[in-house]
Amino acid sequence: MEIANIVDKCAGTVKEVTIGATKDEGGTRGKVVTIGGANSIPFMDFDGSPGHKPAIAMDVYDVPPEEWPEPLLKHYADVIDNPANWAKKCAEYGADLICLKLDGIHPDKGNKSADETVSTVKSILEAVDLPLVIWGCENDERDNEIMPKVSEAAKGEKCLLGGATQENYKTITAVCLADGHNLITQAPVDINIGKQINILVTDLGFPTDRIVMFQTTGALGYGIEYCYSIHERGRMAALSGDQQMATPVICDVGHEAWRAKEAKASDEEAPQWGSFADRGIMWEAITATTLMQSGVDIIRMNHPEAVSIVKKHIENLT
Amino acid sequence: MITLAERINGQFLDVKKAIRERDPSVIHELAKKQTEAGATYLDINVGTAAADQEDAMRWLVESTQEAVKTPIAIDSQKLDVIKAGLEVIKNDVMINSAQGDPEVLDTYMQLAKKHNAALICLTMNKEGIPQNVDTRIEIAAEIAGKAMEHDVDMDKIYIDPILFSIPVDQKQPAYMLEVFNQIKLISDPSPHITVGLSNLAQGTQEKSLICRTFLSMAIAAGMDTALMDVLDIELMDAAICAEMLLNKQIYSDSFLKAARP
Repeated sequence: MEIANIVDKCAGTVKEVTIGATKDEGGTRGKVVTIGGANSIPFMDFDGSPGHKPAIAMDVYDVPPEEWPEPLLKHYADVIDNPANWAKKCAEYGADLICLKLDGIHPDKGNKSADETVSTVKSILEAVDLPLVIWGCENDERDNEIMPKVSEAAKGEKCLLGGATQENYKTITAVCLADGHNLITQAPVDINIGKQINILVTDLGFPTDRIVMFQTTGALGYGIEYCYSIHERGRMAALSGDQQMATPVICDVGHEAWRAKEAKASDEEAPQWGSFADRGIMWEAITATTLMQSGVDIIRMNHPEAVSIVKKHIENLT
Repeated sequence: MITLAERINGQFLDVKKAIRERDPSVIHELAKKQTEAGATYLDINVGTAAADQEDAMRWLVESTQEAVKTPIAIDSQKLDVIKAGLEVIKNDVMINSAQGDPEVLDTYMQLAKKHNAALICLTMNKEGIPQNVDTRIEIAAEIAGKAMEHDVDMDKIYIDPILFSIPVDQKQPAYMLEVFNQIKLISDPSPHITVGLSNLAQGTQEKSLICRTFLSMAIAAGMDTALMDVLDIELMDAAICAEMLLNKQIYSDSFLKAARP
């Protein structure tokens, strides 16, 4: 009996977004990263094209993170207060992008000035030639003060800047538009708000092929299923032709996984949980590989071994 | 949903006059306005305006194509008039419509295949329009069977179970919903389901309210296409809202604005 060839064609395609600009394109990056482009469900290449492979963005903070456990911290101990050297280390560990998280501008975490922050951004741009994600501190007042300066300092580099929220989107959208950057639209694990913020920024004239969506990530054991089903529903809507949802997705795996008590509890505190040295790595890797199946395009990560596991997994699936 | 905009029809006086005087400006304006309002297809029907219907159809199609690239639905009960329209078509096209007799379907399916056209098929035959659900479904199944026989993609087939006006038979709208539900079951994938929505409110007051209320009910029962007044904003909004309520669109506070053309 002949078996029918049942191919499920999707009506919609996730838009491609390119982060970074080379010298020829007006920037100084050695390479650019293009994400998105899927018109089939993740890693299913017989229905259509699954698009570009997920890219790994490794985090660099402008202030030393306060609660990193030893198995993670030891890989960055010598660079933890030097973002430029930290970024170089991430490049060596195989990062596709550097994600500079500006926690230090938060009033409670250092209240760093615009000048100091701009010089941090410039030092990273000089230290590595990878494309940059630059993310504010999620204090609206400080973000609105500092991000325009950061954006201007990185003009031409086609960075990915974050994040625009339903309550605070006008300033960041305007500066991204003016300086040619890509934009992260951010929602609190809420598909309706995720769609709404995309509509709001496009209403300001921001092009949809420069938007990357962020639904606040939940790690394994800490709401990953909510995050997964929102990503999945968003991706299915995009593949069905919903233009407002047809943008790539970024998720924040490293920060969330290494906050879990399973990653932080020492061997003495949790002798039955397996080796402290391996637990956090596994927690981060499993969170990443799980979310990959829901349709994500950039994965923010921390631990070099977890990055290497996830990259290998991506290669195996593509 | 898929909309067929109904205004380029010789039964409207402005279009009738434009055909007689070969004045394309009226057609250009209707084509543009209906396209801007979100028409998927512009339905073109010469009505009774011209002695030479074939020539009138060619002129209407050409005039429409001068203004927009929107796909056209060539609307006539006469095969020769449809063929005349197809001669000059430049973009995607729909044939509106064929009756459900086997030999008629053979002719129209071949024509649709040749022009890569979508095809509306009425659930009526030589014996007229059936007055019950079962015969309509039988004819619908015959149409789907013919599409498979002629290797026409089911996505190109639109079944029109024929909506009467309320003054003609007030029982019809309710049982039409049953017909929609059953048509969805005759094949997988199923054909599209379409109606001439404005027919429903012929001879009534509150035409817009009647049409948009039935449209919402019909979308819930599986109808996905209608020949309708796309210039009626409340009607178009009702379709968007119905699709959102059926979870076909993700809700957002600006869902209406986002889904409007």
